[in-house]
Amino acid sequence: MNESYDVVIVGAGPAGISAACILADAGIKTMVIERGEYAGSKNTSGGVLYGYNLAQILPDFVARGCPIERNIVESRIWYLSKEAGLSIGYRDSIFANERKNNVFTVGRAKFDRWFAEQAKKKGALIVASTVVVDLLKDASGKVTGVVTNRQDGEVQAKVVLLADGVNSPLAAKTGFRPELKPEHVALAVKETIELPSEVIEQRFGVSAADGVTTEVLGEVTGGMDGVSIIYTNKNSISISVGANLAQFAKTKMKPYEMLEAYKLHPMVAPLIAGGKPIEYTAHWLAEGGFYTIPQLAGNGYLIAGDSAMLFNALHREGSNLAMASGKMAAEAIIAALKKNDVSKQSLSSYSKAMSESFVLKDMNKYRGFPGFLYNTHQLFDELPHVAQFAAREMLTVDGVTKKHKQKLIMDEVKKKIGLLNLAKIAWRGWRSVK
Amino acid sequence: MQIVCCVKQVPDTTQVKIDPATNTLVRAGVESICNPYDLVAVEAAVKITEKYGGSVSVITMGIPSAEVQLRECLSLGAHQAILVSDRALAGADTLATSYTLASAIQKLNEIDPVQIVMCGKQAIDGDTAQTGPGIATRLGFTQLTYVSQIIGLDIQKQTITVRREIENASQIIEAKLPVMLTVELELGAARYATLPGLIKAIKHEIKVWGAKELSCTAEKCGLKGSPTSVKTIFAPPPRKGGPVYDTTEGMDQAVNSLLDTLFQKEAAIMSEILSNDSKVKNA
Ligand SMILES: Cc1cc2nc3c(=O)[nH]c(=O)nc-3n(C[C@H](O)[C@H](O)[C@H](O)COP(=O)(O)OP(=O)(O)OC[C@H]3O[C@@H](n4cnc5c(N)ncnc54)[C@H](O)[C@@H]3O)c2cc1C
Ligand SMILES: Cc1cc2nc3c(=O)[nH]c(=O)nc-3n(C[C@H](O)[C@H](O)[C@H](O)COP(=O)(O)OP(=O)(O)OC[C@H]3O[C@@H](n4cnc5c(N)ncnc54)[C@H](O)[C@@H]3O)c2cc1C
Repeated sequence: MNESYDVVIVGAGPAGISAACILADAGIKTMVIERGEYAGSKNTSGGVLYGYNLAQILPDFVARGCPIERNIVESRIWYLSKEAGLSIGYRDSIFANERKNNVFTVGRAKFDRWFAEQAKKKGALIVASTVVVDLLKDASGKVTGVVTNRQDGEVQAKVVLLADGVNSPLAAKTGFRPELKPEHVALAVKETIELPSEVIEQRFGVSAADGVTTEVLGEVTGGMDGVSIIYTNKNSISISVGANLAQFAKTKMKPYEMLEAYKLHPMVAPLIAGGKPIEYTAHWLAEGGFYTIPQLAGNGYLIAGDSAMLFNALHREGSNLAMASGKMAAEAIIAALKKNDVSKQSLSSYSKAMSESFVLKDMNKYRGFPGFLYNTHQLFDELPHVAQFAAREMLTVDGVTKKHKQKLIMDEVKKKIGLLNLAKIAWRGWRSVK
Repeated sequence: MQIVCCVKQVPDTTQVKIDPATNTLVRAGVESICNPYDLVAVEAAVKITEKYGGSVSVITMGIPSAEVQLRECLSLGAHQAILVSDRALAGADTLATSYTLASAIQKLNEIDPVQIVMCGKQAIDGDTAQTGPGIATRLGFTQLTYVSQIIGLDIQKQTITVRREIENASQIIEAKLPVMLTVELELGAARYATLPGLIKAIKHEIKVWGAKELSCTAEKCGLKGSPTSVKTIFAPPPRKGGPVYDTTEGMDQAVNSLLDTLFQKEAAIMSEILSNDSKVKNA
């Protein structure tokens, strides 16, 4: 027996499920295949989601019981040396009121499961515990379906949407995406630390429904291009450190040791004190940026989300790019099926919509950023050190004139980095994001 | 011929802990699975129907989310699934559970004669191994517990031949249908569902029966029909390590005393097996 569907979606992450919701709403016979035991069982996002993008798919997501952990009212950025840190934060009551749920944390295992449930309610068929191992193609090379790891496991489809995430053996096998290079992914380890909700509220100064995100750069990644995050959930704190895979390979540093050291940092330790680690996960992030985005549509197929390397490292946006791309892919599919033409040319309306949207515009704007981080190790060793030196000098009241302190700081900058180098870094950094 | 498999939704006991303060199971956040013995029963039942014809019905008494486990059984080839779920049935002990399940099987029997009921040897959470025999008693079926192999059916003679495990030995028994079997894991692991099987299972409409549909007596169901009361639940003390043979006093002596212990134990086991064997032969 052979199954036949209008659309088969590989992967029940934010990209795949967004597409499934839009397709099912349009009455298109859609199957989503997910290798995990259920949608979300394989997912370990740090857990920030964006209400704007979710509302584009499900305007009534709150009423549908979206499992929101905390509504984010404050964003902090830290720049850390080994034993000190610089902190900036922005809190705004608008995020607790008019713009509530613009940014919120979720547990991805719970969220993805709920999201898939909504697609199912709309009529999409979600098949879990099943791995897509290959694509079916006709003589001309046009994709005509998928092959799964189950017996009698072929499914015919008019269109296949690849939404299978960053670690996609399928993409490598089909050649639709060039094989990933280690420098194009970051390896992140994450720990979820359980704490009573009142303790979290007290430590972060928030009310019961609200929370704080903290993005961290600096010496935590031991000179490697990487970031770390601290997110508040209802009864837990997510804390994660990641760095470029190629640099992990070169430095032979161990991710878990990095995380352990990070947890002892004087800025971090008090926030998680007394907490109980309840989950430990590791995952890749698609950090190659604009230059690694593959061709988004071909004959009979499209690629969305992380699988298409859509991740904005600077703003830690991935899930929203996944949702937006999934939606645009679904809209292109609907148009193509209407015309009864699923050729590359017809499906390319997806690439066009993407180019005109924030997704590719942002990716393009920051195209130099991954390279800048990757090539500027000073950001993760000398610079945080110098920042610490400067702040310590200025904040220590010891009768030394401020003028002399400034000179000491300049000497340190010259010694550690060099003024010209510092200017270059600033210039390149600015160029990479302007 | 209809075969009914009773399946139970259980917490994944590899994750369950006991709260030392309240002595109750901490089930929060623990995934539910299908009792592993019950999957083995479903597989065996499907194999029987593949060989001799008939159909397999799976039935569970539980909360609505037990639907997931029923679908898993359907994906393995069961033909229909019934969820027995009703507030009036909640809080059942093994007496009430087997009464309710027997009522449901009775109802199935009215539509298509039930020749075989299959249960797991035990549920990995409750572990009493009482539900199957309880059902058999109520239905008046022959019961064959601890079945490790189904040797065959004789449709003409209306019999089934199975191997069942007893302590240190096994028996081969032929019994007249209808029967109730409780099964061991040795019967054989469940298959990996085919894709069409899986899809069919996802789409299958599961029947939900409550106390009314079963026309069972309210006093015998749920909490009301459950005379069992739990006094305490506790985690057994961790096992002590085995004997230690100290080699600092000479290797030879350590090895000798190890061998002595082994031979003594082995001898005891052997003599038990021999006496059991003769009992079976004499029977
Ligand atoms: C530690 C960490 C923190 C992050 N934090 C954030 C954050 O705070 N905010 C944010 O927006 N983004 C964050 N991201 C990125 C975000 O998780 C991703 O961008 C997003 O999940 C991409 O969605 P997706 O649907 O494209 O892919 P995924 O969510 O990866 O989903 C792909 C799905 O496909 C399935 N699959 C893969 N291959 C197959 C196959 N062959 N057959 C069947 N199924 C298959 C997988 O099991 C998976 O469920 C973070 C990522 C990590 C690793
Ligand atoms: C002392 C004690 C007190 C209990 N008190 C309560 C209570 O107050 N409230 C409460 O909710 N529960 C209670 N339970 C749990 C419940 O009574 C049992 O789990 C249930 O009766 C089945 O018994 P068991 O788990 O020992 O299964 P076993 O008898 O070990 O199961 C053997 C086989 O019977 C079949 N089976 C068992 N249960 C079901 C089922 N529900 N549906 C379909 N097939 C089934 C399966 O094939 C299973 O493999 C109690 C259990 C015990 C042991």
